[in-house]
Amino acid sequence: MRLTQGTFSFLPDLSDAQIRAQVDYCLGKGWAVSVEYTTDPHPRNTYWEMYGMPLFDLRDAAGVMDVIDSCRQAYPEAYVKVNAFDASHGWESLRLSFLVNRPANEPGFHLVRSEEKGRNLRYTTMSYAVTGARS
Amino acid sequence: MGHPDEAAATIKDASQRYRSGVLKYAQMGYWEPDYVPAETDVIALFRITPQDGVDPVEAAAAVAGESSTATWTVVWTDRLTACERYRAKAYRVDPVPGSSEQWFAYIAYDLDLFEPGSIANLSASIIGNVFGFKPLKALRLEDMRIPVAYVKTFDGPATGIVVERERLDKFGRPLLGATVKPKLGLSGKNYGRVVYEALMGGLDFTKDDENINSQPFMHWRDRFLYCMEAVNRAQAATGEIKGTYLNVTAGTMEDMYERAEFARELGSNIVMIDLVIGYTAIQSMAKWARRNDMILHLHRAGHGTYTRQKSHGVSFRVIAKWMRLAGVDHIHAGTVVGKLEGDPNTVQGFYDILREDHNPVDLKRGVFFEQHWASLRKVMPVASGGIHAGQMHQLLHYLGEDCVLQFGGGTIGHPMGIAAGATANRVALEAMVLARNEGRDLWNEGPEILKDAARHCPPLKAALDVWGEVTFDYASTDTPDYLPTPTPA
Repeated sequence: MRLTQGTFSFLPDLSDAQIRAQVDYCLGKGWAVSVEYTTDPHPRNTYWEMYGMPLFDLRDAAGVMDVIDSCRQAYPEAYVKVNAFDASHGWESLRLSFLVNRPANEPGFHLVRSEEKGRNLRYTTMSYAVTGARS
Repeated sequence: MGHPDEAAATIKDASQRYRSGVLKYAQMGYWEPDYVPAETDVIALFRITPQDGVDPVEAAAAVAGESSTATWTVVWTDRLTACERYRAKAYRVDPVPGSSEQWFAYIAYDLDLFEPGSIANLSASIIGNVFGFKPLKALRLEDMRIPVAYVKTFDGPATGIVVERERLDKFGRPLLGATVKPKLGLSGKNYGRVVYEALMGGLDFTKDDENINSQPFMHWRDRFLYCMEAVNRAQAATGEIKGTYLNVTAGTMEDMYERAEFARELGSNIVMIDLVIGYTAIQSMAKWARRNDMILHLHRAGHGTYTRQKSHGVSFRVIAKWMRLAGVDHIHAGTVVGKLEGDPNTVQGFYDILREDHNPVDLKRGVFFEQHWASLRKVMPVASGGIHAGQMHQLLHYLGEDCVLQFGGGTIGHPMGIAAGATANRVALEAMVLARNEGRDLWNEGPEILKDAARHCPPLKAALDVWGEVTFDYASTDTPDYLPTPTPA
């Protein structure tokens, strides 16, 4: 499967030049860029590992690209995303978040249904990356 | 400005003022050209069309009177109250540009006239009896200034744009939706198929239409069960949070609560209501949504009956303000380019009201009053009705990124199927956002950006081939008075 989280996952994987252009856009807006990674991209896994602190004071895209590269080299089989954080009043959250690395094999998810009365179902989404290979 | 004359002057002498009989409204104290509205006053701007021979100042005073304390004749019991405070005050009357028979009347209301946190009470005064008042040919409520003191008595949206994005983990682009079609007749099982295909193909949301409630062909429980199967399947297939607006509109509040609670039990992240359920029911559902961490989608069914014509009714910008106070998270607010009414500047005015914390006066967009929202959460505007992938650059240009773009026919009518239709829309959207962020000129390069994106996406190419040229180019009726603009193709 192809995980489609992030702002640009329906496009072909972004080139470094394209990533850099997006980083430039975010820095131009005054947003703080950060890099996060995970091997468990469950849709409700909110807290990916932070690859260092948000780069609050970095205003140069080249520096951000170094951090992205360093994360990708350290975790080539992880999902890596770039976040842009806007601290202005009334927002104080992300403005952009997109993937810049994905594992060669994306195992995806398994949906577990438990049947209850009245034809009701309870659903649990399991990450194959956590539970083991697709059976 | 106003036309104070002898006949319009307030009678100051109490023995004259309260003698039994009939006085002009201006004489009774409802016209005060020197009045400076207090920061805590509610201010309403009406477009009035007086009957022939009725003086516009007297007409404005009558609107102030009939929307506050007055009746048709003098009553001595006014003297048992602080009546001067409770009288609404018309304080300014301007001719409408380009019209010989219409006037803009500004009326201020003391905050004590309104129950805290009640749109029903506010609207019962402001758009109550006065709209049937005989001396006026027509009356339209154009805009309102809600003082911060009154704003703070409302809960506002349970979720709001920022928290909705955090909950869905979707940033930096408009959300994508589709209304299931045909809107009537599908069985629950077939309906869920459309939801699954559309979400799996790339949409974030699907939506019940306004008139899908619980009919012979599909009862509500069946719909909810099949839709949630579809949502969960699509979520597992893509790794993204998905949702479907389950319409809980019903004949009674008890039925609506029952449906909303079932949606919650099934794990839905969003429920939907229609504007026709009424302001009190909307506020009740907003409180329910707040208690249950639910996004609340409002379909503005019925609004066109009173918002569309400029001479009479209520402007949608007022409805937008009321609904932000009432506490909905989503509201349909126009597309500019689609099949439904929507002058670009007027629609952008609605979006500003829903999304900004502060609205400056912007006559070009039909915004007459400065409005502070005191950090009340922001409402996500929804653009729905006759829009397609080929308009993506125009949609992003006019509406920005904090909105939901809903492509119903533009998804489900795709020649390669529903999932392909969804993919086409998502690819077009992501390509356009990427290009915008790269600094490209969407307005001029949009069609080229779409064509380039279609090279790696056959469904987008097919969508552009089928709908690329479809436009709805009709003149808008609800346009700003200070800068008329044509509806673009």
